[in-house]
Amino acid sequence: MGEAYLFEAVGITKQFPGTKALDNVKLQVKKGEVHALCGENGAGKSTLMNIIGGLFPPTAGKLFFEGAEISPKNPRESQHIGIGFVHQELSLCPHLTAAENIYIGRLPHKGDRIDFKKLWEDADEVLSKFGANFSSRTQVADLTVSEQQLVEIAKSVSLNCKLLILDEPTSSLTDKETKKLFEVVKNLKKEGISILFISHRMPEIFAICDKVTVFKDGNYVCTMDTKDIVSDDIIRAMVGRELGNLYPPKSSKIEEDKEILRVENLSGNRFQNITFSLKKGEILGFAGLVGAGRSEIMRALCGIDPKTSGRVWLNGEEQRFKNYRDAVNKGICYLTEDRKTQGLFLEMSIKSNMTSANLKAVSKGIWLQEKLEKQLADTYVEQLAIKIAGIEYPISSLSGGNQQKCLLGKWLSIHPRLIIMDEPTRGIDVGAKSEIHNLLRKLAEEGVGVIIVSSELPEVMGVSDRILVIHEGKLAGEVGKEEVATEENIMRLASGESK
Amino acid sequence: MKKDNLIKRFFAQREANVLIITILAILVVQLIQPKFLNYNNIKSIMISVSTDGLMAIGLCVALILGGIELSVGGVAAMSCVISGYLCLQGWNIWAACGAAILAGIFVGLFNGLMISKVGLPPFIVTLGMQQLSRGVAYILTEGSPLSLSGYLPDEFRFMATGTVAGIPMLFLIFVVVAIIAHILLKHSNVCRSIFYVGSNEGAAKLSAINVDKVKISVYVTIALLSTVAGILSLGRFNVATPELSVGAETTAISAAVIGGTSFTGGVGSIFGTFLGIVLLKVVNSAMVMLNISVYWQDFVQGAILVLAVTMDYLANKKAGQPSMLQRLFGKKN
Repeated sequence: MGEAYLFEAVGITKQFPGTKALDNVKLQVKKGEVHALCGENGAGKSTLMNIIGGLFPPTAGKLFFEGAEISPKNPRESQHIGIGFVHQELSLCPHLTAAENIYIGRLPHKGDRIDFKKLWEDADEVLSKFGANFSSRTQVADLTVSEQQLVEIAKSVSLNCKLLILDEPTSSLTDKETKKLFEVVKNLKKEGISILFISHRMPEIFAICDKVTVFKDGNYVCTMDTKDIVSDDIIRAMVGRELGNLYPPKSSKIEEDKEILRVENLSGNRFQNITFSLKKGEILGFAGLVGAGRSEIMRALCGIDPKTSGRVWLNGEEQRFKNYRDAVNKGICYLTEDRKTQGLFLEMSIKSNMTSANLKAVSKGIWLQEKLEKQLADTYVEQLAIKIAGIEYPISSLSGGNQQKCLLGKWLSIHPRLIIMDEPTRGIDVGAKSEIHNLLRKLAEEGVGVIIVSSELPEVMGVSDRILVIHEGKLAGEVGKEEVATEENIMRLASGESK
Repeated sequence: MKKDNLIKRFFAQREANVLIITILAILVVQLIQPKFLNYNNIKSIMISVSTDGLMAIGLCVALILGGIELSVGGVAAMSCVISGYLCLQGWNIWAACGAAILAGIFVGLFNGLMISKVGLPPFIVTLGMQQLSRGVAYILTEGSPLSLSGYLPDEFRFMATGTVAGIPMLFLIFVVVAIIAHILLKHSNVCRSIFYVGSNEGAAKLSAINVDKVKISVYVTIALLSTVAGILSLGRFNVATPELSVGAETTAISAAVIGGTSFTGGVGSIFGTFLGIVLLKVVNSAMVMLNISVYWQDFVQGAILVLAVTMDYLANKKAGQPSMLQRLFGKKN
């Protein structure tokens, strides 16, 4: 069966202890096709990819490749069959050169010596196919994320892969790098290589994919031709309901005369002379390219990193934070963009995660009170409608959206006067995204100051009342008030083009 | 129903496994060698558990913090020698102990500052301090043990060699310290921070936890525990020797790991560590009672460590929960 398809998965079921991650799903990819796989977090995309990649076998179901049944037992076997896998978290050896990474395990050699000349020539040739402008002798650690990705892709292609799996390849790329990646994908397609593209981002799916398959809760929903549909069709299939307006309404009652936060001439490592203010009732957005210094501004503002100069007022009172604890005690909190490595205590319980910023509130003297800890966690689990099996479970068992809500609950417990959220919905599915956006709007209406930093233009435009654009550590301009917020306006400022 | 749950929960814990294995080991040895469970032997096990146990508590906390502390044995030797040396120089023994404690605090502070403020890896810093502090002991003694016969007052020696109701003082001190440490670690908010830092230092920093302060306090506390162990050893042996507690750090690490403390930080308990050190010492004593050459001790200790970790791995793998090894080498989601 399935002669027409390069790759086919039929009736795949995967049972994990306690959960059914996949239930009788299918996936069909033609030769030279760019095929998107969509679904909320926990829909089973990664599970299927791991089965195809040979990380673990399915409980039931069959895989076909070029018409023949396959059952890869490990990543090496699937590589051998012709399946390349570029993981979201890249897996290169950082201290080796790009060339050595591409030909790892099969370095060309003369006798028992590595033939470096041939190695570098071959590697340069492969890399140049993808328009790489770095030498294959560069150490991987010195490459940017997008360049490292190229190395991974080059590695798979040089192994003669016929199906290349890209797992959320754009999640840490800038817009420019993303465009470059798309060129690479198009070239691969021309060579007849099929691409399986896993992504949350609608514009990308429509930019390069021919077909899209949607999973929901471990079930197959549908496969559609991208040329016949619009993004709402995909979203509807992913969440199983109409979403209505994606973003909450803008603020109706900004109190111009009430400043929650005022920052003057704030300078620090990688940014200079930042001046702005936040009014009561509004959500202030910070846009800019990755690395423009937005997170650094926020961290210095909170006293996490030192500032070199500048003054900060909170509710009209000048503040001098010696460290982050001072800022937290005054009601300022910062939610990191890097949830997994900077935000969560992964193996610790949901409860312990939620009380981590506010141990005093759940203690009497130096003694923790379990009752108070439970109370605090339960309060915010209920208030934020966090879906959990119990507050004693490790937080790693939750989906990205629920993890983010736990972190939000953790900080709401200090009764903040200003919440700064860096990439508030990175790696979070559509449903949870709008819940978090609505929540931020509600907080702003209750008089809490809200600042968001986001690299997703639709998000920063959809959620904020006013947007400040940062370019190379400097305030490049403001949109949303006098100037209308459009993607073009923001990008012009963010890329440093003068008006 | 609720009681049922409690029993279930107890057996699901790592401590229960170690406890069961320890009891089984005792029973088996007792069957082969009926003289095993007599008062003198139990007493000698209690004594041998105590000083290594104090250092094992320290290692347990260091591992929970996500660090390691290799200087415990060196610090014990240093404080033993400093207090003994000063006593021989005519100091009052308590003043001499005070000086040893100050030296211990200094090592702890140095470790803590280098690890937190300078940012050096704990392995390197404490490895250096292990040799440095033992070096102090060698310099003061010029290599040969100093005998303190007749110099140490009775009340000092009582701390290390006396018994209360038949239980050695040394063991009582250890148990009291262990209980306090256990309760603090489980139920106090200051010690909870140690788990946060060990679990994810970056996240701890962004939770407004003073990471540097936590680290410094932990390393000072560990050095203090080792100092106490050294001073008690002086009282116990009546000799100030630079060769005291050689290799104590490996025993202490084994005890902590057998008791379920994770090498990647954020997980561990003093009770488990207590059981770990008891198990190791029971096995050592059993080998003596069974007339097995002492040269087998290291071999068996290593085997127990590997066995404990493997059992934990297999048991947790079956249950579908992350085991210690998975925590050690990163999770696969």
